[in-house]
Amino acid sequence: MNAVRPKQRDDRRTGWLFLLPVMLGFAVFYAYPTVRGIWYSLTDFSLLNDPAYVGAENYRHLIDDDQFWNALKVTAYYVVLNIVSQTALALGLAALMHRLTRSVVLRAALLVPWLVPNVTIGLLWAWLLDPDLGFVNHLLRGVGLDTTLSFNSPFWAMPLVALVNSWAYTGYTALLLYAGMLQVPQHLYESASIDGAGELRMFRSITLPLLRPVLALVLVVSLIGSFQIFDTVAVVYGGKAPIPETRVIYYYIYQQAFTYFHMGYAAAVAMVLVVVLGLLTVLQMRMLRASRSDLA
Amino acid sequence: MFSGSKIGRAAAWLALATALVLTVFPFYWMVRTALTPAAALYDGTTSLWPQGATLINFRRVLGLVGPEEARAAGGSGAHINFLRYTLNSVVYSGLIATVQTFCCAMAGYAFARLRFPGRDLAFGIIIAALMVPPIFTLLPNFVLAKQLGLLNTIPGLVLPSLLMTPFAVFFLRQFFLSIPREVEEAAMLEGVGPWGMFWRIVLPMSRGPLITIALTTVVWSWKDYLWPLLVGKGEDTRVLTVGLGVFLQQSPNRAPDWTGLMAGSVLSVVPVLLLLIFLGKRLVESLNFSGLK
Repeated sequence: MNAVRPKQRDDRRTGWLFLLPVMLGFAVFYAYPTVRGIWYSLTDFSLLNDPAYVGAENYRHLIDDDQFWNALKVTAYYVVLNIVSQTALALGLAALMHRLTRSVVLRAALLVPWLVPNVTIGLLWAWLLDPDLGFVNHLLRGVGLDTTLSFNSPFWAMPLVALVNSWAYTGYTALLLYAGMLQVPQHLYESASIDGAGELRMFRSITLPLLRPVLALVLVVSLIGSFQIFDTVAVVYGGKAPIPETRVIYYYIYQQAFTYFHMGYAAAVAMVLVVVLGLLTVLQMRMLRASRSDLA
Repeated sequence: MFSGSKIGRAAAWLALATALVLTVFPFYWMVRTALTPAAALYDGTTSLWPQGATLINFRRVLGLVGPEEARAAGGSGAHINFLRYTLNSVVYSGLIATVQTFCCAMAGYAFARLRFPGRDLAFGIIIAALMVPPIFTLLPNFVLAKQLGLLNTIPGLVLPSLLMTPFAVFFLRQFFLSIPREVEEAAMLEGVGPWGMFWRIVLPMSRGPLITIALTTVVWSWKDYLWPLLVGKGEDTRVLTVGLGVFLQQSPNRAPDWTGLMAGSVLSVVPVLLLLIFLGKRLVESLNFSGLK
C-alpha cells in the first residue's frame, strides 16, 4: 500500500502566539497567586513583615476558632435559604412565562435586578427595611403587625439577606430555566392537553423531568456563587462590620486580611473555602454526567 | 399554550404580574426617594409620589453644589463626585470587556482550531482554575499590586481580569468548535494564514457570541466591589460601587443620608439600564445554558 499520510499540521509558533496574552494573564494573576496563597497559609504574615513560615499553625488555630466555625455555619444557613427560595421562585416564574407568553419586554424587565451592582441592591433594601422610615416596615405597621424587619435583628438578619439576594437573582435564574424549557418539544404539551392533563400535571410530568439537566447545572452554578456572598453584608450595616449572625465566610476572610492584617490566617481560611467549593464542583460533574436529558 | 380553566389562567397571569411588580417597585421607590427632599422623608413615608419633587439630591451627589447647600439638603457636606465615579466605572468595565474578549477569542481559537503540542494540557490547567474561588487569588493579587506600586492606579484596578477569565476562554472555545470548518478550509486553499483567518474570517462570523461574552463581562465588572474596594480607594480610581460605600460611611451620624444614597444608586442603575434598552433582545436571548453544551 502506498499510504500517503497527510503531513501532520503543526501550528506551534502561531498557536503559542495566539495564547500569549491569555497565558500571561493566567500565569501572573491566577497560577502565581494560587501558589503564593498556599504558601501564605503556612506563614505568619501581616502585610508589613515578610511572611514567616509557621507550618500548620494557622490550620491548627482554625480548629479552635469559634468565629471561623460560626462563619461556616451562617454561610451554610444562607446558602440553603438563598438557593431554596431562589430556585423555587425561579422555577415557578419560568413555568408561568413558558406557558403564558414569549414577551421579550417582560423577560428584560425581570432581568433588571441582575444588572444592578449588589452594593446598590444592598443599599436599596437597607433603605426599604429601615426600622423607622423604611417602606416595608411602614407597610407592616399599616396592616397591624408588630414585627420590625431589620438587618440588625439576630433572628431576621440572615433570612432577609438571603431573600434580598434571591430577589436580585430570581429573574436571571428564571430566564436560564425558561431557555431550558423552550427545548421541551411543544407537541408533548399538546398531546397531554388532548388527554385532559391539567397545567400542574404537565409541569410535574413533562416540564420538570425534561428540565433536569438544565436545572442541575443552574443549581450547582448558583450554589457555588451563593457561597461567595460578600457585597450585601458589607453594605447593609452602613459600612460597619456585620453582626455575628451574618458574618459570612467571605467577610470573615476579608476582615482577617484587611482589618486585622492576619494575611496568613486569612489565606488558610480561604483554603478551606477552596476545598469546600472543590468538593461541590466534583459533585457538579457527577450530577451532570448522571443527568443527561431524556431528550438527548 | 396554556390549557387550564379560565380561572386558572387568570391566576397564572396574576402571579406573573405580581412577580413583575415585586421586581420593579423597589426601583420605583429608589427613584421616588432620590427625588424627595431629605426633610420630607419624615412625613409622607408611603405616598407613592415624591412630596415637593426636587433634583437637589442628584446635584449634590454629582458635586454640583457647595458643601453648605449640600448640608442644608441633608448631606454630610463631604466632597463626593459621582460623575467621576461613573466615568471610572465605565472605563473599568469597558476596558476589561473589550481587551478580555479579544484575548480570550484568540486563545479560544487556538484551542479549538490550531494543533500544537501542549495545547490540551494548557486548556486543562485553565479550566481547573475555574474551581479556585476569587477570594483565594485576591489576597496574593493585592500583595502583588502593592509590591508593584499599582495601588490606586487604573492598571492595578484592571490588570487581574484584563487579559482573561477561564470562563470566557472556555465559552469561546466551545463556540469556535461548533462552527463548520468548510469556510476556513476554503480560505486556507486560497492561502490565507492563521492570523488572516482569525481576523478576517472567524471574528466576523462570531459577532453574536463575542457580543454575548463582552456584554456579560461588562455587567459583571460593573457590579464588581471587593477588588476595586481594595485597590481603587483613591478618588481618581474610585468606581461607582466603592463610591456608594464611601458615601454611606460619610453619612451624618443621626441617620444615613437616604435621599443622597438613592440618587447615587440611580446613577449606578441608569447605564446598565441603557444597555438593556439598546441590547435587551440580544442580552435576554443570550442567557441560554442549554446552548452551552
